Amino acid sequence: MHTYALLKKTLAAAAAATLAMGTAYGQETIKVGILHSLSGTMAISETTLKDTMLMLIAEQNAKGGLLGKKLEAVVVDPASDWPLFAEKARELIEVQKVAAVFGCWTSVSRKSVLPVFEELNSLLFYPVQYEGEESSKNVFYTGAAPNQQAIPAVDYLMNEIGVKRWVLAGTDYVYPRTTNRILEAYLKAKGVAAADIMINYTPFGHSDWQSIIAQIKTFGSAGKKTAVVSTINGDANVPFYKELGNQGISAEDIPVVAFSVGEEELSGIDTAPLVGHLAAWNYFMSIESDVNDAFIKEWLGFIKNPKRVTNDPMEAHYIGFKMWAAAVEKAASTDPKAVQEAIIGVSVPNLTGGVATMMANHHVTKPVFIGEIQDDGQFEVVWQTPSTVVGDAWSDFLPGSRDITADWMPPLSCGNYNVKTGMCSGQNYE
Amino acid sequence: MIKVDKTAVILCLVTLAWVSLARAAEEDFLQGIAALVVAESYQDKRAAAAVISTSGHARAEAVLNALFEGEVYTTRSDMRLVTAAPTDEGFAIRDAVTDEDLGTVGKRDVSRVSVNNQLRGELRAMLATLKLQHENPRQRIAAILEVGESEDLAMLLTLQQLLATERHEGVRDAIAMASAMLNLDSTEVPERLAAIATVSSNIGGHVRTKLTALTANQSLDEDTRVAARQALIDIERRVTFFDLIQTAFFGLSLGSILVLAAIGLSVTFGIMGVINMAHGELMMLGAYTTYVVQQLMPDAIGASLFVAMPTAFLITALVGVGIERGIVRTLYGRPLETLLATFGVSLFLQQTVRSVFSPLNRSVITPEWMSGSLEITPGLDITLNRLYILLFSLLVFGALLMVLRRTRLGLEMRAVTQNRAMAKAMGVRTDRVDALTFGLGSGIAGLAGVALSQLTNVGPNLGQAYIVDSFMVVVFGGVGSLWGTLVSGLSLGVASKLIEPAAGAVMAKIFVLIFLIVFIQKRPRGLFPQKGRAAEA
Repeated sequence: MHTYALLKKTLAAAAAATLAMGTAYGQETIKVGILHSLSGTMAISETTLKDTMLMLIAEQNAKGGLLGKKLEAVVVDPASDWPLFAEKARELIEVQKVAAVFGCWTSVSRKSVLPVFEELNSLLFYPVQYEGEESSKNVFYTGAAPNQQAIPAVDYLMNEIGVKRWVLAGTDYVYPRTTNRILEAYLKAKGVAAADIMINYTPFGHSDWQSIIAQIKTFGSAGKKTAVVSTINGDANVPFYKELGNQGISAEDIPVVAFSVGEEELSGIDTAPLVGHLAAWNYFMSIESDVNDAFIKEWLGFIKNPKRVTNDPMEAHYIGFKMWAAAVEKAASTDPKAVQEAIIGVSVPNLTGGVATMMANHHVTKPVFIGEIQDDGQFEVVWQTPSTVVGDAWSDFLPGSRDITADWMPPLSCGNYNVKTGMCSGQNYE
Repeated sequence: MIKVDKTAVILCLVTLAWVSLARAAEEDFLQGIAALVVAESYQDKRAAAAVISTSGHARAEAVLNALFEGEVYTTRSDMRLVTAAPTDEGFAIRDAVTDEDLGTVGKRDVSRVSVNNQLRGELRAMLATLKLQHENPRQRIAAILEVGESEDLAMLLTLQQLLATERHEGVRDAIAMASAMLNLDSTEVPERLAAIATVSSNIGGHVRTKLTALTANQSLDEDTRVAARQALIDIERRVTFFDLIQTAFFGLSLGSILVLAAIGLSVTFGIMGVINMAHGELMMLGAYTTYVVQQLMPDAIGASLFVAMPTAFLITALVGVGIERGIVRTLYGRPLETLLATFGVSLFLQQTVRSVFSPLNRSVITPEWMSGSLEITPGLDITLNRLYILLFSLLVFGALLMVLRRTRLGLEMRAVTQNRAMAKAMGVRTDRVDALTFGLGSGIAGLAGVALSQLTNVGPNLGQAYIVDSFMVVVFGGVGSLWGTLVSGLSLGVASKLIEPAAGAVMAKIFVLIFLIVFIQKRPRGLFPQKGRAAEA
């Protein structure tokens, strides 16, 4: 039923947008592209972000718009189809002539649109935590880089909980593989022996976790405190946590810290067996701050459902949108080139009571929180970094990318600059 | 006279002592509660909880238990410690000290006294000491073993006192084990050695951790280290053996799910020869039926599965008959068209479910009697949900075999598959038999869906995950052979679980597929090929 309402709203919004296009010839508007899947497998996560953007745009318009013009949302549906993302991005930029695009969720969709944004020199705000190893002139990464989520989480387990043995469990695709590569290098740099690290990959939607959990159990009973660092994605999480509970592993014995499980993912499942397991994010709905209270209130009012939750990627869009708006006002123009220059150094309040700043490598500063899952599907913050962490595009723990730095300020103006050789390799990452 | 006086004095003293003790308990308890209200850090909370737990107050256990469960809150207005249960609007709160009902308040009027994993672990230990006298022997054993892991040598005395009055055999054993576990830290060599001998029958993680620490501790005597090492070797040997049994069980369990998913298909595909791509979606319908049944009877989750089973069977069987009468009937003998048409049906069913129930996964609750695991011996646990599903799939298999062998419908089915024209000539209404056969296969898919709802996500894509595996099992077993399906499902399950620990889940899947491809090349008719004239047709 609920999706129906959403669908209707989307259609209405799209219709309104089209109508506005026809009638608003006299008064010019600034168009903002929204590139999130509204159908297919990723629709579950991405529809929420589309609604968040519509809410933020409506809010900005209520305040009078930008540069004296109203903002106009242009919503397209790339349908969880990676090549279609590129086509829709091109349509947004070339046909609709949007000033900036907010969108994408999976890394593969981002990689798919990247050449389009670079060719047409437009702007993309990408709101999801990702594996790093990228910095494009045209993309602003408002989600966490590995050093803003994975590394602090491991630090917490190592220093506060005293974890000595590590299970790195993930779904078999690019984000978990890269993240685990970084974590493995990091753990080894910290003196963890190879025998104390177990790495496990499973296919998408894996549902038979019996032997893997039994393996983790054996691995964890070798006399050292053990934790699981989970980059398990999507649907596979429910049977994973269920099996953990059934085999009698509680969060006190072997805590699991997850990077892809947030409020939205927990809203569909019975969280009683998950209590005490951990997640690392830059935002939790339960964090008490005035801006967060106001944001939650506005969101629940906008979506007209008191049961909905807020999550980390929504905050990333909030930050990204505010930054873009601030940069447009600073540059007094929506021209992508002018905004690219103006946005570096822009600071806006984040939802947890701090400030986010856009750095020269197109990543933002973020605080890192570790939360324990509660039985109401919310997180209780048990640890946080003392100050905000600067997102690092190129990991310091991978041999290939250690010497590479990203800096889009002149004179360097390069996303892939090798400090040793003094070469700028452009977007040719590998 | 003097005698009476003495008694009176003693009585008086005892009463006084009791009263003052009780008062001390009350004071300590209130002090702990007050400390808990203002506690900022987890350390403060721990200290406050420790005061409460040692106060000996009647409410201590209840308060600590509520704290452990995350049900303790403070009111914002008057900073009172309360226990709260969520209601629609906010919380129904009760005073933590007196358990007096304080009515309901809004969500923002109270703030939770949060606990983290570490504090939860410590609370568990505190609760254990309070539960040592629990009336239920199971609870007592759990509490005693918990104390055994506390590494608190002072608890030895408490355990000895308990042993003096304890009559229950299991509890006495637990006390001996817990004492031995504590004595691993003893400073006396003979006690340590005795303790090592006792714990070597225990293969729990804690004991292994302690023993490993003992072997590595250079400051200890040689005897202890050798004994600890020997005990560890014994334990490891047992663990390896148990692991083997466990892997076999995991394999059978995975196999039983494959069998359950494939057995319906072996009726429609194997017996009738219809390639039904919508088979997975029929399972999905069965899973959704379970969800709906649970929504309809929220107070009887335990019984809901027994209602869901026949309901799911009926619903999916009816859908199956519908598919057969509506689509498949006109396409007999045209496998490619049947494949495409039923694939269309599968998309249609998926989208319908998406529209009716939303694309989000639905949460199906696992009943109490299916949660947790069964301890066969210490260190060898079998998860209950898997065990029940294994039994269930064997039951379904047996029932299906009975239907085919012993009933008139089964006879007619076999007659129609073997020689349609001849069966028709004998007066068998073949189209009715076709519809019923298809319905039977579909109904079994529905039953599989009920079982799957206990293991995996109930969502529109549930069926897709199993359809390929189902065809694999049927083809490997030999098309048309029920026994083949059983054997092939179970053996594929065991094989992938044997490969998995060494090669990983992704590689295990690949290996199994490669093996199947090679196998089918060599024996195109599967494990149990159909013989006789029917096979040639």
